[in-house]
Amino acid sequence: CGTGRAMGLAGVLGGLFFVPAVLVSTSLCRGAPWVEPEPELAEWEVASDAVPEDSLWPLPQWLRTSGRQLQLVPGRFQLVAGAGSSAGPDCDLLQDAFRRYYEYMFGPYRRRTRGLWPLGAPAGPELLQLQVVIESRDPGCHSYPHLRSSEAYHLTVTEPLAILKADEVWGALRGLETFSQLVHEDDYGSFLINESEIHDFPRFAHRGILLDTSRHYLPLKSILTNLDAMAFNKFNVLHWHIVDDQSFPYQSLCFPELSDKGAYSYNHVYTPADVRLVIEYARLRGIRVIPEFDTPGHTQSWGKGQKDLLTPCYNGEQPTGSFGPVNPILNTTYDFMTKFFKEVSSVFPDAYIHLGGDEVNFDCWKSNPEVKEFMKRQGFGVDYAKLESYYIQKILDIVSSYNKGYIVWQEVFDNKAQLKPETVVQVWMANNYAHELSSVTGAGFTAVLAAPWYLDYISYGQDWRKYYSVEPLNFPGSEKQKKLLIGGEACLWGEFVDATNLTPRLWPRASAVGERLWSSRNVTNLQDAYKRLTNHRCRML
Amino acid sequence: TENEQPWGTPCTQLLVFVATPGCDGFPSLDSKENYKLSVSEGSLLLSADAVWGALRGLETFSQLVGRDENGTYYINKTEIVDFPRFPHRGLLLDTSRHYLPLRAILETLDVMAYNKFNVFHWHIVDDPSFPYESFTFPELSKQGAFHAMTHVYTASDVRTVIEYARLRGIRVVAEFDTPGHTLSWGPGAPGLLTPCYLGKVPSGAYGPINPILNSTYQFVNSLFEEVSTVFPDFFLHLGGDEVDFTCWKSNPKISAFMKEMGFGEDYKKLESFYMQRLLDIVSSLGKGYIVWQEVFDNGVKVRPDTIIHVWKENSIPYMEEMANVTKAGYCALLSAPWYLNRISYGQDWMAAYQVEPLKFEGVPEQKDRVIGGEACMWGEYVDVTNLTPRLW
Repeated sequence: CGTGRAMGLAGVLGGLFFVPAVLVSTSLCRGAPWVEPEPELAEWEVASDAVPEDSLWPLPQWLRTSGRQLQLVPGRFQLVAGAGSSAGPDCDLLQDAFRRYYEYMFGPYRRRTRGLWPLGAPAGPELLQLQVVIESRDPGCHSYPHLRSSEAYHLTVTEPLAILKADEVWGALRGLETFSQLVHEDDYGSFLINESEIHDFPRFAHRGILLDTSRHYLPLKSILTNLDAMAFNKFNVLHWHIVDDQSFPYQSLCFPELSDKGAYSYNHVYTPADVRLVIEYARLRGIRVIPEFDTPGHTQSWGKGQKDLLTPCYNGEQPTGSFGPVNPILNTTYDFMTKFFKEVSSVFPDAYIHLGGDEVNFDCWKSNPEVKEFMKRQGFGVDYAKLESYYIQKILDIVSSYNKGYIVWQEVFDNKAQLKPETVVQVWMANNYAHELSSVTGAGFTAVLAAPWYLDYISYGQDWRKYYSVEPLNFPGSEKQKKLLIGGEACLWGEFVDATNLTPRLWPRASAVGERLWSSRNVTNLQDAYKRLTNHRCRML
Repeated sequence: TENEQPWGTPCTQLLVFVATPGCDGFPSLDSKENYKLSVSEGSLLLSADAVWGALRGLETFSQLVGRDENGTYYINKTEIVDFPRFPHRGLLLDTSRHYLPLRAILETLDVMAYNKFNVFHWHIVDDPSFPYESFTFPELSKQGAFHAMTHVYTASDVRTVIEYARLRGIRVVAEFDTPGHTLSWGPGAPGLLTPCYLGKVPSGAYGPINPILNSTYQFVNSLFEEVSTVFPDFFLHLGGDEVDFTCWKSNPKISAFMKEMGFGEDYKKLESFYMQRLLDIVSSLGKGYIVWQEVFDNGVKVRPDTIIHVWKENSIPYMEEMANVTKAGYCALLSAPWYLNRISYGQDWMAAYQVEPLKFEGVPEQKDRVIGGEACMWGEYVDVTNLTPRLW
């Protein structure tokens, strides 16, 4: 076992077992993958068959490992800010990361019986420290990550010091994750790392996970666990689809009735403190939190706490008692939205807000006499897409006035609303999404791809392969257009998902998307991915 | 509300009356699970023929208890007469494709009790691993388990499962699937599996159990002797599914044997030869057996009280198979439409719910031979991290 990348475990066992699950390595999930010590290789040989790569995920852009192994002694090894780093001991983001990664690598402190047995002399070449050096004058310790943050890093592991260099702290976080993936335990329980050099950066800048907390409420713990898993996979955006038809868990300061009446119960809300916690927990992992307040459709729960916000539907002359999308013809609607989005803009620090705009059903608007009257006055005829665009445009203007950028679902673009050039369009309809990407980027807009990655659509077997095999840039378009595709998102819609099944449903399937968005375009070998993903999964557990 | 007393006299006791003793016994296929529940003013009575019915009734009783907005527990006046339509209501767990820690099995038994399941079909070993610690052949798990120290079921573990199940009225039917699905048996039992050949030389790979050696039957006898004592249920599941003939065909000694026995090129006859001897061994140990449908399909001579387990959805439509099996006089268990490991998006529980096990052409005596069914959770993609939400 472990004699080389070319020969997977299946090969070693002579192809006996038909079952796809890798047997021995998946079962020995004791925290770090088991690795057989390598025979001595010449120093710095480009050892593409070296075992350490067997558990890197996502695969770095460039790496070189040698067979020379260094030992890490938990009682001595330290993660520190290096000399010349613009981020020193006051960089709480990095200090927090050091503690976190120390624990990931060696286990929690109480297992280390420090002081009971004095530390012995090193048995062989030892790695004493990982020094983290941030090079940019503005490291970003106390700021929020954004689309243009630098996540590149350079890691050299040699005796006795390893150096992790990054422009900004965000790159350091990515590098720490990779470093922790290089540390493995041998048969005797020693921690080892191979001498190596890695140069890494993400292929796409927007690598997101969508969580839906309206169809089912997700307790804070679920969300935080998910942020941890995202960090293991170098995801950097949490697209928080926080409210929708079914429930409104977001506790608004200006409009407390929204969650009072619209949440599933008082126990199913996110208080301002909860929201702050999520945002900070994410920040410490280099993850942006982009909230989505989807309108004018998907808003049934808003109507419970905000009278007259939604359009009353009619049957002939009579209101039926049911409601449709947000009512686009009333000034009160826009007064409300102005105040509401002012709050949202200050609560969520990210430069972007997702405004939704998907699946607007026109039936209710068509039934309402006042809406019909408005259509006439505006000269929209019977083209309700124009009414939808009228509404969206006003919301976009409101949000722009708060200096936020916005992301919208593709319908907003498809229905020809007037969008600012910096609008980000999220492509989600699976049918012919490549064509949609061409259209969106062809019109000069930035795009984010979700269509092939609706992970809520479960199916039997190894569907991670299908997600892994997507090539986002496979759409007709110029170089300039391709640059407008800034990334993608794995979506876990909540119709059939809650805290009882979220984690096993999302992971490690989303890991496939994570590598597709981070690693180089030519990293496509499914067998190699299988081997690394199996190890990565065990480590995540 | 001030003086309103919406509740009647508070109930202080549920009286449980069981007609026949049997607290210390094990449930069986013939166990009576019927019960009557009577809830009225001042009287809560649960009566059953046997303790197993009492267990079912307790579950129902617990489901009737509600709680109002003030936190008061209440129960409505109720009369229930209940009994199961089918006596064999099982769940299959696969602990070979992925090891399942004891707590996962015990938790599953709890949820089975909530749902009135009464058979735990323990598909304990298979190709990928052999976690069953045998005292007769300790090498089987030493060499065949994913990890001999951490991924095994000790005799004590097995006893724990059996007793935990018994206390919930659940039978434990163990499956030691042969002659196929036995790759993990090989390392701990050299000579048991058929060596496959590439031309004139062994390829190094192995196939199903070698049916032509006497040592095979000695081994099988000893192993099943142990299994028969460890598992108290009358029935053992002997597998017999998906036997791949390629390896047998490649082996010259087997080809010679085929000629000797006059089997020609029909390897089904060799499979039957093995199965018949296995079934005789198990019978002589005083156990009944359940087998997968191939054993019936391939014409193996089985005892009249054999239970045939129908699992294939498509080779012939499973309802047709149910008709054939019951027409031939055998009892049948249905699993084909209930392979819960085959997940899909949305409310797939509906498809499972809408299955009507007796929807086939046949006389009433045939229909009576359908003793029930089993939901199966095969383990290729299942381990403790996702078992519970996938199954329930």
